[in-house]
Amino acid sequence: MRGFLPVLAVLAAILALWVAAVAPMNARQALDVAEREGAAVTPAESRTRFETPVLTLMLRNSGEIWRGYGLERPRLPTPWQVGQELWATTGEMALEGRAFSKRSLIYHAWITLQSTFWGFALGTVVGIAGAIGIVYSRTMELSVMPWAIISQTIPIVALAPMIIVLSSQLGIEERGVPKAVISAYLCFFPVLVGMVKGLRSPTAEQLDLLRTYSASGMASFLKLRLPASLPYLFTSLKIGIAAALVGTIVGELPTGAISGLGARILIGDQFGTPLAIWSALAAAAILAGVLVTLLGWAQAVTLRRMGGGR
Amino acid sequence: MILWGAILFWLAAWAVNAALARSRYRDTRAVRLLAPVLFGLTILVLWQGLVRGLNVSPVILPAPTDVAQRIASDSGVLWEDFSQTVLKGALSGYLIGASAAVLTAIAIDRSTFLTRGLLPVGNFVAALPIVGIAPILVNWFGFDWHSKAAVVVVMVFFPILVNTVQGLSEAGAMQKDLMRTYAASYWQTLWKLRLPAAMPFLFNGFKIATTLALIGAIVAEYFGSPTRGMGFRISTGVGRLSIDLVWAEIAVAALTGSVAYGLVALAERRVTFWHPSQRKT
Repeated sequence: MRGFLPVLAVLAAILALWVAAVAPMNARQALDVAEREGAAVTPAESRTRFETPVLTLMLRNSGEIWRGYGLERPRLPTPWQVGQELWATTGEMALEGRAFSKRSLIYHAWITLQSTFWGFALGTVVGIAGAIGIVYSRTMELSVMPWAIISQTIPIVALAPMIIVLSSQLGIEERGVPKAVISAYLCFFPVLVGMVKGLRSPTAEQLDLLRTYSASGMASFLKLRLPASLPYLFTSLKIGIAAALVGTIVGELPTGAISGLGARILIGDQFGTPLAIWSALAAAAILAGVLVTLLGWAQAVTLRRMGGGR
Repeated sequence: MILWGAILFWLAAWAVNAALARSRYRDTRAVRLLAPVLFGLTILVLWQGLVRGLNVSPVILPAPTDVAQRIASDSGVLWEDFSQTVLKGALSGYLIGASAAVLTAIAIDRSTFLTRGLLPVGNFVAALPIVGIAPILVNWFGFDWHSKAAVVVVMVFFPILVNTVQGLSEAGAMQKDLMRTYAASYWQTLWKLRLPAAMPFLFNGFKIATTLALIGAIVAEYFGSPTRGMGFRISTGVGRLSIDLVWAEIAVAALTGSVAYGLVALAERRVTFWHPSQRKT
């Protein structure tokens, strides 16, 4: 709990900066609204205002700045506007019993969560299988490991539209599949690297001890290498699930998806409703926080069960 | 026929690699280079064999040779896109974001309170899908490369910030005491001890950020760009079914990502030659 206060202070500072930035960002729009409502604005013409610097505008019209905090389509919404929009599309709809209506963020978060989950599962399986192969086969280590590293230097988003086209040509109608593939691609690498480290973490003495017991390869894998790798596995799973979520949202962005948080961002962009974008971003942040916290909790429980926690 | 040839090549290459891995040259540099190259070549040959052998339509998946031809014939277009997306968008954003992150880290480093508060927040933000702000920034900064650079700045900022803050606390108490016995000033300690000690962490952040910068620059182009740029070409190419051009762009993007990563890794080897992970065994 000792680290709580500094974190709160930093968060408060970020919020304060955000609120302060709203005024200059929205100044021009606010003055346009003020002019339409008949308030006296200097310079009176929209054209001339466009050419005056924002700070000059704010100084000359300090009485009208407050309007920037209540715009319907602001360039930069205030934190409470985002909070309101978020509540209106989640909690309020859930209270009305429409939690899974297509306008509700809960529905879109659920779609994103599903793809994230499948991508995470696929990426974890591929990562662990690859790590076992690399630890046990010298050939795999020599030839596959460099490509695993190179694969992460390739911007996967460049491939995203292609993966969608390919999967639809192959007759896969389900929109979740390409998204899951993209998030698995981002997710497998941290798991692979962590597991290679983890499976190699038993010392030579420990391996020798098992050999003196004449343990089979399978037994020494199950009883020594696998348990020893679990702390590493959980650490990489936490990175992996965040990467999987990023992958899903990236997969939803450029592909004309109609549901999911990424699609909300896309639609918000096309219809010029910034509040929808911001609330979808906030929902994605919350989702990421919840997923990582859940995994951290699972890690604590599992490691304590195995006698790791102190 | 072609398909079987490709599969045969695959088996042969795998046998060569397995033999190399068992041979007594297995730790030499040549083998460490040859094995992955063979593996990559195998994938290309298999791809070619599958596409040609099964008569896959080029609209679905072009063969590597088609893509290579396209790269040769449209190199002008590819270069234009490359300079728009990578040189203007990604590179300028990367430089601005990286220097801003390092300077911020040095600035907040003097206060333990701020460091303790910013580290968890920065770690959390680094895990968020920040690409999502691309449409907002395109809206703010316009369609040209400035908005792409802005997206890249935000994306690379937090990983580098977190790594730098961690790296600056890396110098040990003994070393700092030694600097104090030399009557070194804060800036001297920072410049001669703590920044060099932080370099492995900094480079870790720089390496993560190279890929992020490319992703940011390309995704931001999906939300509006002038009629050039890799992201623009990819999103329109898919719609116009010129898939081989899309794959050519992907090849350029992949190559750029790998080369950028390699350059940073090379610089890391030069700068942090003293670190255990860089020592030659």
